[in-house]
Amino acid sequence: MLSTQKISLAKVAAKAFITPLTVRTFASSAARNVSINLHKGSFESYNCDAPALDVEISKEELVRMYKSMVTMRRMEMASDGLYKAKLIRGFCHLCTGQEAVAVGMETALTAEDKIITAYRCHGFTYMRGGSITSILAELLGRKAGISGGKGGSMHMFTPNFFGGNGIVGAQVPLGAGIAFAQKYLGHKAATFSLYGDGASNQGQVFEAYNMAKLWELPAVFVCENNRYGMGTAANRSSANTSYFKRGDYIPGLKVNGMDVLAVHQAVAYAKEWTVSGKGPLLLEMETYRYGGHSMSDPGTTYRTREEIQHMRSNNDPITGLKQRLLEFNIITEDEMKAIDKAARVEVDQAVEEAKASGEPDLSEFWTQIYQKDAGIPYVRGREPEEFHRY
Amino acid sequence: MSTTLLRSARLASSLSSISRTFLHQGAPVKHLHTSLKTHYAASNSPPPAEGFLPGVANSQLIKHTHHDALRNPELAGVANGETKKMNTFQAINDAMSIALATDDTACVFGEDVGFGGVFRCTMGLADMFGRDRVFNTPLTEQGIAGFGIGMAAMGSTAIAEIQFADYIFPAFDQIVNEAAKYRYRSGGEFNVGGLCIRTPCGAVGHGGHYHSQSPEAYFAHTPGIKVVVPRSPIQAKGLLLASIRDRNPTIFMEPKILYRAAVEMVPVGDYELPLGKAEILTQGKDLTIIGWGAQLYVLENAIQLAQKRMPGLSVELIDLRSILPWDVETVCNSVNKTGRLLIAHEAPRTQGFAAEIASTVMERCFLRLEAPIQRVCSYDTPFPLVFEKFHVPDMIRCAEGIERAMKF
Repeated sequence: MLSTQKISLAKVAAKAFITPLTVRTFASSAARNVSINLHKGSFESYNCDAPALDVEISKEELVRMYKSMVTMRRMEMASDGLYKAKLIRGFCHLCTGQEAVAVGMETALTAEDKIITAYRCHGFTYMRGGSITSILAELLGRKAGISGGKGGSMHMFTPNFFGGNGIVGAQVPLGAGIAFAQKYLGHKAATFSLYGDGASNQGQVFEAYNMAKLWELPAVFVCENNRYGMGTAANRSSANTSYFKRGDYIPGLKVNGMDVLAVHQAVAYAKEWTVSGKGPLLLEMETYRYGGHSMSDPGTTYRTREEIQHMRSNNDPITGLKQRLLEFNIITEDEMKAIDKAARVEVDQAVEEAKASGEPDLSEFWTQIYQKDAGIPYVRGREPEEFHRY
Repeated sequence: MSTTLLRSARLASSLSSISRTFLHQGAPVKHLHTSLKTHYAASNSPPPAEGFLPGVANSQLIKHTHHDALRNPELAGVANGETKKMNTFQAINDAMSIALATDDTACVFGEDVGFGGVFRCTMGLADMFGRDRVFNTPLTEQGIAGFGIGMAAMGSTAIAEIQFADYIFPAFDQIVNEAAKYRYRSGGEFNVGGLCIRTPCGAVGHGGHYHSQSPEAYFAHTPGIKVVVPRSPIQAKGLLLASIRDRNPTIFMEPKILYRAAVEMVPVGDYELPLGKAEILTQGKDLTIIGWGAQLYVLENAIQLAQKRMPGLSVELIDLRSILPWDVETVCNSVNKTGRLLIAHEAPRTQGFAAEIASTVMERCFLRLEAPIQRVCSYDTPFPLVFEKFHVPDMIRCAEGIERAMKF
């Protein structure tokens, strides 16, 4: 019996990069779950109950979270290097430091739930099923890119991820619309519309709040508050910096966005809230980005290096999860190093594959403007006689 | 005279001291124009947000010397004054500085203008004029436009900045339905003449969908506002001062690629250039070419290319300067002289502003035209990232257009 258990556990472990040898230490399924107590300050609620502070989660899930965050960070660092080598052009917004939000969200949701966010989207694209190669190739503007190389950094999509949006705040009413469609079609799922502290002052965000509450849509509005809207500190742009209370008639929850388990717990709670018919909910993720707003921004002209260093040393999401993994004896230091190494190898390989991919064919310039047979006969080209027909 | 010197000195010192903090290499501002290559080639820093356009430095359209600059009859008012080497963002900064100094009700506001702005157009203004006159707004274009309209309706001068022209669309309703129609629908009781919205526009090499658009055509369709596009620092300063002081709401679109690329000897005095008037840059008798903003430098190169293939070709190059109201007289007089017209712009072809010019010229110069009016514009697709070089009307396409017009 033990041997068959070992084999099935080994299969699961193989996926999570744990060697079968260590799996032997947790023999029964009950011991596969860990109960972790979150810090008291992890949540603050507004017109609703806060989620429970103790999290029941499987060890495989925790290791998967760790691997995802490490890979995501490696991917962003690779993008940083490629940008500085001028292989990536244009605008590139990295989420280094904000990994916990994307990872914690994904682990609490299913493929049926939809996510839409703004331009800091590489991490979300990865979590929602985009391969690292396709993300990097998209940044490089190559054929293998997730949008065929035609979108670039801010325009990455997967079947359950609506991007990747360049105009600040424009994605929030879109999220309300997606949630409406889900409710209309009877899906038991929610839509998570993310936006930043800077975008929270856009009028269209409040328009979306109103529609979501009026029609009790399964929409969760998530404000990723990383304290700076490009170079403007939150308190210099917002009269009310309690972003989770800005929904007024929509209940809200503030979450420590640097703790992946707190994010996971809050998102699971939010999904349950909206899908059970209680209407929309607002989440505020208190998070931080180590890099600048984008690759053109050094990130140090509006905040001190000490602040960045402090956040990196004391609040890093990966370090935080690492400490938990060690504390609960889930995996050893060596296994963690193996995961780190594997992530590095995976990302390096993806970089090579992405670089090896060619640029999109010039014919792609004319495609996907309209739907074929849309009644719009043609798009004009260079010569009077040149038409590209649909 | 002494206050001008004092202001220039203060501006220069505050510009250099602030720029030292912001520039990676810490070079003083006055050396910005030289060797862009040495600044960025060896460094690990990303390309500047406003891109490169090295050809502009060699352009005949740029006034490199003091006398060259002051030879312009439109600058008669400052012909005895000094000039200073400035690039486009410095000229725009100077214009705003003068506007703030001469108009007590003037305020400059927008996203991130406090520290100097993402293109440094507002460097030093907050320090010089105070944070109650030069201040940041939250990230709300619709709010910025509406707020500016309200201020202007009270008679103040509101100089609003929309960080990129691509972001102006949330403000579109405010501009088109509020600003443009205020005087008309209130029967003259109110107007928002004091409103000037400045916004960087145009292709930059790596801008992609949302940092490259040229939306002048959308606004040209709105009676009640003015739309202006400068081509160089001298033009930018004069046209911006005119736009700010003109008592009609104006949208001032600054081609962002010219912010650093174009450097001229700009008069330091207070001068305005006329709105609604085009400028004939080179006289010619065979073909009239119209462009605005950065496209003029592309056209200059295209003309040189075409002249190699058609020796003796004499082209009349016109900078339209004001898109709305546009100088129909100058353009039609020119077409009546040459009989052929080519218009080039970066915005997409269908319903681009070239269509309006072509229609009006057709109406007025029908029997004089020797060839169909050529429009060389971007293709009708969203502004691409990887395909940008194919999308925009580069000098080869413009030269082809010239040939088509001449060989009809």
